[in-house]
Amino acid sequence: MKQFFTFINKEFLHVLRDRKTLLILFGMPVVQILIFGFALTNEVKNSKIVVVDYAKDVASKEIINKIEASRYFEIDQMLPGTNELEKAFETGKIKMAIVFPENFNSNLLHQNKAQIQIIADASDPNQATTLTNYASSIIADYQSEMNQLNLAPYRIQPQIKMLYNPQLKGAPNFVPGVMALILMLICVMMTAISIVKEKEMGTMEILLVSPFKPILVILSKAVPYLILSTINVASILLLSFFVLQLPIKGNLFLLFSESILFIITCLTLGIFISVKTDSMQTAMLLSLMGMLLPTLLFSGFMFPVENMPIPLQIFSNIVPAKWYYIIVKRIMIEGLGFASVWKETLILIGTTIFLLFISLKSFKIRMS
Amino acid sequence: MECVIVKNITKVYGKEKKTAVDNVSFSVNKGELFGLIGPDGAGKTSIFRILTTVLLPDGGEASIDGLDVVKNFKEIRSTIGYMPGKFSLYQDLTIEENLNFFATLFGTTIQENYDLIKDIYIQIEPFKDRRAGKLSGGMKQKLALCCALIHKPNVLFLDEPTTGVDPVSRKEFWEMLKRLKKQNITIIVSTPYMDEANLCDRIALIQDGKILQMDTPQNIIKSYPDPLFAVKANNMHKLLPFLTEYPERKGSYAFGEYAHFSFNGNPDVAALEKYLKAKGLDNIEIKNADVTIEDSFIKLLS
Repeated sequence: MKQFFTFINKEFLHVLRDRKTLLILFGMPVVQILIFGFALTNEVKNSKIVVVDYAKDVASKEIINKIEASRYFEIDQMLPGTNELEKAFETGKIKMAIVFPENFNSNLLHQNKAQIQIIADASDPNQATTLTNYASSIIADYQSEMNQLNLAPYRIQPQIKMLYNPQLKGAPNFVPGVMALILMLICVMMTAISIVKEKEMGTMEILLVSPFKPILVILSKAVPYLILSTINVASILLLSFFVLQLPIKGNLFLLFSESILFIITCLTLGIFISVKTDSMQTAMLLSLMGMLLPTLLFSGFMFPVENMPIPLQIFSNIVPAKWYYIIVKRIMIEGLGFASVWKETLILIGTTIFLLFISLKSFKIRMS
Repeated sequence: MECVIVKNITKVYGKEKKTAVDNVSFSVNKGELFGLIGPDGAGKTSIFRILTTVLLPDGGEASIDGLDVVKNFKEIRSTIGYMPGKFSLYQDLTIEENLNFFATLFGTTIQENYDLIKDIYIQIEPFKDRRAGKLSGGMKQKLALCCALIHKPNVLFLDEPTTGVDPVSRKEFWEMLKRLKKQNITIIVSTPYMDEANLCDRIALIQDGKILQMDTPQNIIKSYPDPLFAVKANNMHKLLPFLTEYPERKGSYAFGEYAHFSFNGNPDVAALEKYLKAKGLDNIEIKNADVTIEDSFIKLLS
């Protein structure tokens, strides 16, 4: 037992003395959360629009005021006529234009029907759709207010409610994603590299010619990264709570336990890679290409898995990050308990045991 | 008493079936300092790895203190000391941390076996807080030796311990080995340096995985069949090709500032001198040379 602790102590010295790597390890989660939180966001905020108002009546004024008051739009200028629209779009700054025809209000009042033209710059189709949706909902909002005053009969009014994330913020989506990504990166890559390093530096040869059990060599490598990653989970959660104002709805203890389970899964993955490779370069490439990329693509964090072709959907099931991502979303965002994540938890436990078993089986007690 | 016994060990690598160790047999007595002498790629490291249980032989068997290197590898691993050819300690740990780590790994402490390493450790102790990666070549080897010795092994395996080490440190290192021998530790050492062979009790000259000759250094030198001469002239570049062309030549090669030369049949020094003079060389010096291990080795290779 004393040997085991000395070994762990040695691993800590390795980690702590490599200042640059240490900085990356602790800096990465902070930087990623900040980047995803403030720079890489697909939320639409303060998009510049232009308005052509031929009507200039009560109704058009009110709708314009409503649009201006929302945080999605910022009216860049009022244009006198539609002829200038093209020019405005050509600047690239203007994302959308709203045109009110003449007699807008009187049409609305007397014919019960009026039209508004919404023109969007669809060079980014997603953004255009989002913007027109926002605009439509603002107009619909105005309409419903009017209807309360002079009741028009027989209308179906959909009531849309955005559950768990009513303001459609990006954070609830990416914070679980970043957690999966960072844990994957640190645990898999760092463990794999640190074990393969012993092989490459020749120290594994001495360790083999000692009474110390090879299995303990591997296990003691995993301990420092387990602790390090747990600290990282805490720092991500703190950041998302205080900086991104994302509350943790579910049980914190459950969230941490599931995170530690996922960390252990990643560590065994790292051990598995290190057992199968002999050079640090291969280990790094394998963990980057083989682990990081699938995590990005198949966890559901960037691209919805449901929209992928069936073979890829099936493939996504073997990506552990997918299950962790689901778990974190359910606990953290939806506030659900263990009852709703037990299946995913079991899958992670199964993967871990399977990987650990294979790694220990194929660990070489000799050189080849 | 025989401590290490190697019988017909063979090792073949890779798909090309490159034979690294070819039917090698030898035995080392308890407390003996045994040297494997041979150039790079002769198979020394493979033999070491087989004996230290980290490599499986493809044929033959070997035992250490009666323990088989394949079947009883676990027991062997705790009773031997191994210093691989490549510096294999933790570069980012200090001298003391490295030593402590290896002591604990073998279930002992520095204090327990301090006597054994004292002579060596005392030389590097002033730098004990320095990281191993920042040490000089000689200090690294001393530290590696301490780490290999800290658990008081019965047999010590040193794979090219002096390669890349300066001459002074090399000399010191061999003196340490002699002192260790007095503690009744069996030492098997490999080296590409022929001058170090004389310092061993017994040596095996090895080339291409085969043992060419095995005896005490003195006997190997004695068994050299021909009188050997050292030849020197004002132009050494021209001297060597002229010697090669000499009809009565058996062997000739550069050796330090001289060329070593042996005759086919009876040595006729005067005739050789006349021949070289006729070729236009001056300041010719021909004298009897002492046979060294290197001469024996070159002889065996030719």
